[in-house]
Amino acid sequence: MQFTSFLEDGTLTVVLTGEIDHHCAKRYIQAIDAKVEAYTPAVCILDFSEVSFIDSSGVAVVINALRAMKRMGGRLLLTGIGSQPMKVFQAAGVDKIIEIKEVTV
Amino acid sequence: MKFENYMILEFPSKSCNEAFARSAVSCFAAQMDPTIEELGDIRTAVSEAVTNAIVHGYPQGLGLITLRCRILKDHVLDIVVKDRGVGIADIEKARQPMYSTGGNDRSGMGITIMESFMTDVNIQSEPGKGTTVHMRRKLQRKK
Repeated sequence: MQFTSFLEDGTLTVVLTGEIDHHCAKRYIQAIDAKVEAYTPAVCILDFSEVSFIDSSGVAVVINALRAMKRMGGRLLLTGIGSQPMKVFQAAGVDKIIEIKEVTV
Repeated sequence: MKFENYMILEFPSKSCNEAFARSAVSCFAAQMDPTIEELGDIRTAVSEAVTNAIVHGYPQGLGLITLRCRILKDHVLDIVVKDRGVGIADIEKARQPMYSTGGNDRSGMGITIMESFMTDVNIQSEPGKGTTVHMRRKLQRKK
């Protein structure tokens, strides 16, 4: 698991990398929770442009991030989603409940 | 001959083997000349089935998972993921979207995703004996 994050004007951007499966999902969930609690951003952007694969554990990561942001009355945005992760998000209905900023194919 | 080629793998239920299993199936399926999208679908379904075996088959410790892939005629990839773990008491309940007995790192969408990415998914389970997930995907032939 590797990720970078930065805060700018109340917006926390978390750049996820590699393949997100059950093996690393828990650590991503804890890391995102910790960042959200530390910075209390108005908006959190999860950047998927460096993510090559997700399964339903990737869905759990974004659902947990959504819960963390909702607890504080903030917004969650997803961006840079490639074709395989997008297909998983659509099959799970994530695209209907979370804002997606743009799609890269 | 009912199949054109096959492979069988056996590995312990360690979560690092989720990536190994989907990569192995992806390499095996490469001889069928799949599209990138088909390969992504197959990798996702294998990841879900193997993760379920690890999380739900052997919740208390390590056990063996068997993965069998066969290439059948008419360009069909046949995949079986088998554990000899605790089994599922109510498969219909497990199939429901959002239903999960796992923790917050599980979304309850694993079986839904398998079913939407594969042509056929059949799950057989017996409490105390284990679970077998049998999936098939018909691949398109490139022209």
